[in-house]
Amino acid sequence: MIEATSPAAQSRRAARPALEQGRLTWSGLALTVCAVLIYLFLYMPIAILVLFSFTRDQFGVRWTGFTLDWYARLFANERLMGATVNTLYVALLSTFVATVLGTLLAMALERYRFRGRTTVDTLIYLPIVIPEIVMAVALLAFSALAFDLIRLLTGETLRRSLTTVIIGHIAFSVSFVVVVVRTSLKNFDRRLEEAAADLGANGWNVFWRVTFPLILPGIIGGALLAFTLSLDDFIISLFLSGPGTSLLPVEVYNKVRRAVTPEINAISTLMLALSITLVVLSQSVQRRR
Amino acid sequence: MALNALERERQRRERRTLAALLTPGLLWLILFFALPLVIILVYSFMTNGPRGNIVWQFTFGNYIDLFTRSIYVNAYLRSIWISVLTTVICLLLGYPLALFIVRQPPRWRTVLLFLVLIPFWTNFLVRIYAWQIILANNGLINSLLNGLGLPPLALLNTEGATLLGLVYGELPFMVLPIYAALDRFDFTLMEAAADLGASKRRAFWRVMLPMTMPGVAAGSVLVFIPTIGQFVVSELLGGAKVDYLGNLIQRLFLRSNPPNWPLGSAMAMAMMLVLLILILIYFRVTTEEDR
Repeated sequence: MIEATSPAAQSRRAARPALEQGRLTWSGLALTVCAVLIYLFLYMPIAILVLFSFTRDQFGVRWTGFTLDWYARLFANERLMGATVNTLYVALLSTFVATVLGTLLAMALERYRFRGRTTVDTLIYLPIVIPEIVMAVALLAFSALAFDLIRLLTGETLRRSLTTVIIGHIAFSVSFVVVVVRTSLKNFDRRLEEAAADLGANGWNVFWRVTFPLILPGIIGGALLAFTLSLDDFIISLFLSGPGTSLLPVEVYNKVRRAVTPEINAISTLMLALSITLVVLSQSVQRRR
Repeated sequence: MALNALERERQRRERRTLAALLTPGLLWLILFFALPLVIILVYSFMTNGPRGNIVWQFTFGNYIDLFTRSIYVNAYLRSIWISVLTTVICLLLGYPLALFIVRQPPRWRTVLLFLVLIPFWTNFLVRIYAWQIILANNGLINSLLNGLGLPPLALLNTEGATLLGLVYGELPFMVLPIYAALDRFDFTLMEAAADLGASKRRAFWRVMLPMTMPGVAAGSVLVFIPTIGQFVVSELLGGAKVDYLGNLIQRLFLRSNPPNWPLGSAMAMAMMLVLLILILIYFRVTTEEDR
């Protein structure tokens, strides 16, 4: 999503006098000190969290020796493992649907001019700028109303479940996928499609043989973002999951509200490791572009 | 004639493709995003029944409660205040950091930017939780104080802890858009300003800051929006001692017995009103830059 440097900026920077980059000034020094402190601020808590997932201390706030016990306990905790499986299931399914819907929408918005395009644009960007809690209560009210309606019409009683969570996750992920895929469509050389068409490929073939492979990094980038958003989402998951269905962030929240435990430190460390893996993946996909 | 028919056929096919591309995603967003928002807008004008059921009777009562009863007014003002504070502090930390990253040689820049991206992609809950370990009564800071023979401090469950957690959580969202704006900024303009006799400070205020304003505005919006709706940080680090809008909405929908969805919906709508004003300001700031 974020590129380190645009090519234009790179050439401009090369033109900048070399003197300026290496010059040591008071303001430059102040800036460096400031940046180092901010990086410390960003990473110290994370480092402490990881460290204290290996402590023997049963309260998880003191270093009393190394152990892997908490990780072992984690994997023996069926409730947490169940929640992890649920979370992955929700993330995979919602990512798949959101990626397909988002890619189609991005194609429509980037390639066609049509009436109501601005309205569609606004509708797509709204989920990004609306506070998540508003979306969560709206979906909660909607599902309650829909369930009442279904009971009235068919006599069937539905409850909030993983399905309602998946629907909610798709509703906000689609917008993020659209944003990422649109960027890669913008950087796309449309003459390649014209060339393929001139050489006799039909619309279907042009898409699958030319367009799709070229925007694939964008699609994967969007999918990775949707996957992360779903894994990390807590608010919509809290409001839309039913009493019997537990998701990992909700479980962690319920535990954390009570006290710090080394077990939570351990699960947090694992979630952190997963996030880092996903950023690395998404960055390397974008690099290839 | 034949050409005309061919053109018509091509147009028809194009319209069909467009419809196929738009329909699934749009339907989803209308059904599961727009319609739910309309429902809570309607609910916000309805009456709450004795068992927390919706009574379909029109009332302004929820909004009147919201703007007259001190518990709600205070939550409203408190939420706006802490969101403004969080945004300003994130800006004061985020701008220098983004500037620092942009000024590094390319290889370093990638690494430093990556270090901002990691928290951006990391679970918010986990990052907030990390502060509990540090601030708790038996936590890291108090252990250190104890070791030095100093009395312990009550750090967790304070409003200061809430502010700290919010700044910590949202900082990456401020840095990334400012970085993007600074990356596009032509630094030779600063030299031009210096050549023309402007001091460094003046060049910053008159050239660099105005030209990177879209990034500042985008970052501020990205920080402000989640902050005004938050309830997790004030619960985990603030100890739920004082109520913010998010805490009240969550309670009215999920925890109260009986729940009060109409009032909760009205609060959500009132929150959207603040954001609407904010976004209008945002568009003013960014379009002025284009001129």
